[in-house]
Amino acid sequence: MRPQPPPSLTEDIVLLLIPCPYCGPRAEIEFRYGGEAHLERPKPDCNEQTWAAYLHSRHNARGRHAERWRHAHGCGQFFNAVRDTLTDQIEVTYEAGQPSPLREPAS
Amino acid sequence: MSQPFRIADRGHIDRSREIRFTFDGETFIGHLGDTIASALLANGVHLMGRSFKYHRPRGVLGFGSEEPNALVGVDRGHGRFEPNQRTTMVRLTEGLTIQSQNRSPSLRRDVGAINDLLSRFIPAGFYYKTFKWPRSFWATVYEPLIRRTAGLGRAPCLPDPDRYGQRWAHCDTLVVGGDPAGLMAASAAADRGERVILCDEGEGFGGSLLDESGADIGGKPALRWIETTVAHLAQLPRVTLLRRTTAFGAGIGNFVALAERCDDSGKETRERQWFVRAGRLIFATGSIERPMVFANNDRPGIMLASAARSFLNRHGVLVGRHVVIVTEQDSGYRTAFDLRLAGAVVAVVDARATVAGDLVEQAREAGIALISGYIPVDSRGRLRVAALAIAPPDKANAIRWLACDAVLMAGGWTPSIHLHSQSGGKVEWHAPIGAFLPGKARQATTAVGACAGQLDLDACLVMGWQGGGGELADAPRSADRCDVGVSSIPAIVPHERPGKAFVDFQNDVTAKDIRLAIREGFQSVEHIKRYTTNGMATDQGRTSNINALAIAAQALGKTIPEAGLTTFRAPFSPTTFGTMAGFTRGALFDPVRTTPLHDRLIAEGAVFENAGQWKRPRYYAQADETIDEAVLRECATVRRTAGMFDASTLGKIEVVGPDAASFLDFIYTGKPSSLAAGRCRYALMLREDGFILDDGIITRVEAERFHVTTTSAGAVNVLATMEDFRQTELPDMRVWLTSTTEQWAVIVVNGPRARDVLNAVTRDVSLANEDFPHMSMRVGTVAGVAARIFRVSFTGELGYEVNVPARNATLVWDSLRQAGEKFGLGLYGLEASQVLRAEKGYIIVGRETDGTTTPNDVGLGGMVAKSKTDFVGKRSLMREVFVDPERKQLVALLPCDGQSLEEGAQLIDPADPHRSIGHVSSAYVSAELGRPFALAMVQGGRSRLGSRLAVATAAAPRPVELCDPILVDPSGARLHG
Repeated sequence: MRPQPPPSLTEDIVLLLIPCPYCGPRAEIEFRYGGEAHLERPKPDCNEQTWAAYLHSRHNARGRHAERWRHAHGCGQFFNAVRDTLTDQIEVTYEAGQPSPLREPAS
Repeated sequence: MSQPFRIADRGHIDRSREIRFTFDGETFIGHLGDTIASALLANGVHLMGRSFKYHRPRGVLGFGSEEPNALVGVDRGHGRFEPNQRTTMVRLTEGLTIQSQNRSPSLRRDVGAINDLLSRFIPAGFYYKTFKWPRSFWATVYEPLIRRTAGLGRAPCLPDPDRYGQRWAHCDTLVVGGDPAGLMAASAAADRGERVILCDEGEGFGGSLLDESGADIGGKPALRWIETTVAHLAQLPRVTLLRRTTAFGAGIGNFVALAERCDDSGKETRERQWFVRAGRLIFATGSIERPMVFANNDRPGIMLASAARSFLNRHGVLVGRHVVIVTEQDSGYRTAFDLRLAGAVVAVVDARATVAGDLVEQAREAGIALISGYIPVDSRGRLRVAALAIAPPDKANAIRWLACDAVLMAGGWTPSIHLHSQSGGKVEWHAPIGAFLPGKARQATTAVGACAGQLDLDACLVMGWQGGGGELADAPRSADRCDVGVSSIPAIVPHERPGKAFVDFQNDVTAKDIRLAIREGFQSVEHIKRYTTNGMATDQGRTSNINALAIAAQALGKTIPEAGLTTFRAPFSPTTFGTMAGFTRGALFDPVRTTPLHDRLIAEGAVFENAGQWKRPRYYAQADETIDEAVLRECATVRRTAGMFDASTLGKIEVVGPDAASFLDFIYTGKPSSLAAGRCRYALMLREDGFILDDGIITRVEAERFHVTTTSAGAVNVLATMEDFRQTELPDMRVWLTSTTEQWAVIVVNGPRARDVLNAVTRDVSLANEDFPHMSMRVGTVAGVAARIFRVSFTGELGYEVNVPARNATLVWDSLRQAGEKFGLGLYGLEASQVLRAEKGYIIVGRETDGTTTPNDVGLGGMVAKSKTDFVGKRSLMREVFVDPERKQLVALLPCDGQSLEEGAQLIDPADPHRSIGHVSSAYVSAELGRPFALAMVQGGRSRLGSRLAVATAAAPRPVELCDPILVDPSGARLHG
């Protein structure tokens, strides 16, 4: 079994290898990006600011970023990933509904 | 005499095979195994081109893909012409027609050479400062002139008839470069049982080892060792050998793009792009020799020393008979000895004041004149170098001229670290050998051999072997310690002489240009590069970057590492559009989706249009009617008798489960949960920001099963959005979604006689109005085929949409067609369908809506269920801004002048004519009303009904009357009949 490739870097030839929690590592072309993860959908009785923030405000993290991916041309499942937006390294992937690892320091 | 510079018993060409080719109309002979460069040189031809800017006569400088000068146009006939091909890289094949470039009228007499004389007016960056005055001259004089003279090579005009392929591959180890270190790495990895891909951009493997006639590896002569090693690798099933294959880009996750040049004959795939994911990447990309920078260092016959050696040892070609080798380290001597043995008169000019004793002795024995402590400073000769001027570094005036017909420069070695850098690896300056070397890697990559700064053969073998995972004890070794010694950086001109000292040969950048850029304030190496264009030509600075950097560093008063390197980017070397495109061209450029009825539609005379990737009939052509006439006819047929339409492209989703109803309540604005089994309802889907995303019909098939339709274009997006909410917001709901878009064919029959037509082919379903009302669904058989029959209508006439399994579509179509003949059934296409729905005020998502339209804007505010606590978009709809009465609202327009309107036309209030208050979203001619009409979105439209506005035109505004969008049968009697 091949070891996981170590950290990668954004350059001109970009095709991430994304470890789907259900299917294993697959090429990026099989996935669709799903935006920032762990967004709490407010109830309809929330105020304007809360709703506007949910619609339009994102962390835009420099560095470790929790985000969603969907294995569109595979199992079709959504899952989460922590990716470093500077190096494009995917640190970990985990199932939707699991808590964000961002509170822990990078291993 | 043919091929006067071909040496017998040297080189690996096949002398038994003669190949004829022409260069600028003159016929020459070469051999199988030649490149164009080697064949021309064998015939004594050095003048191969004119330089880009100054049109100076130029010949071959190097041996491989780093060649900057000798670019030619290659014509293989039948529309296969390529400009800007490096003569060093094109294999010689029978009947090639080669043309030199950038010269008029001929290579020997070029009008453009005047640029050389005017050069002081066109230094680096001159175009930033010129062509500005007089202003009028730009469009009339300067630009046309620049267009005529700019560029290099002549673009082909015919379509490319060749085939290009693509292939994906995974391997444990990808070795880029088949030099000794690379062969060792591949062998070690293969011996461990790994899946190995070994690629090299040359004709064969071996790299610079192919020039070492005398070297010995593991007891075998070098060439024999290469043969057996390659043969061993070739027969291993887990090893893929790729010759003539350039790795042109390395990226994340060791994803590497390769360009394989397969076949030139036109009969097979021409080129192929490989997409490789490698567990581990080993770079054995070698190093490239540097030219020396001195005045007039660019004449034909002035070449890299290693290139001359390769031409001799690989092709049996002598580049000159009176050769001067200029060097400042030991590797130049290898060229000297080889050329001397082949019969040339050789002199070596060594910049070092003291040369190692054994080299002096060997030179003397070989009869080579050795001049130490001198550097090259100038050259003479118009179309071929005739003499070289040399002087001591500290005495500019003590010049000696040496007569010669070739000057071979050994200016030091630059390791090729491009791919290592692209892969994210760091680069470090290594002062002892004067080179940037691969530093810390970012991914699972290793650099071995010359590209890692190792020029000793034995050390290269060991490094490659261990890099591939082998044990030191098992590595084949070489007794030859071919140490090239240390090279100092750079080969800079200490003497300023008149005459251009070229740094970048392809873009004609001189040492003066670089110093000029710095004087003008460009301090960063990235700015210097772009201002002078050094390193920006198709050779990407392979022979010029380090020299330019050294000159810049000196002028800036910095060290070379302080000045820094420019960024390496893919592609490593020029890669053709064909390779990039692969199969995706022509009919295969985009997937084409056709319905199961496609053949029937063609037979019926459908004129197709593209709706996304779908081919849909726009109308059906009859006799010689125009499209407008056809559409009017089709519309009239539907409203008078009946029309049949293929709606198979509609998106369909089967929503199943105990929570299917609650799920749909969350996704749509209405309350599908209140539908009884067998009932249908029009439904709107919003985005979370409250704007309309899609629409469709939701039908409850049974308690826990719904048949949901979407727009054709929105099908994929709607299902994706549903899955997003299902998986992430509502994971506890027991509901499953399946796309059935391609599984159901949909045949629509609309019109007053629709019931009669359907009745003729349906036995088990009562179509009587009281048994099968509008907006309901029945399961039964049509023409003997199991069907879901929906009584819904997009045209406003009595209508049925018959859903049958795709494989039965043509059978059902044929039956309905036949049954319908006696009722006057005709076919109608997309255009007519859109006119008919517009007459009823039905919206089309993407026409009347534009991503900023709410349900209320299009008069569908009543479709938002008030009793639901939450659904997608609910919170946004509560925003005050959405109840603003001045939002654009859906209306119909009747042009007062009876002429057609244009979609997109802007509406104005004549009292305030410079402000747009709306736009025309759909414009048609109505057969039913006998006049043009349109749908429009107008500010406060519903409060303006009955009033007049105007459509803004380039001429006078055209008055239009606003009315309710339902123009035909407002009571809906025809629907419910």
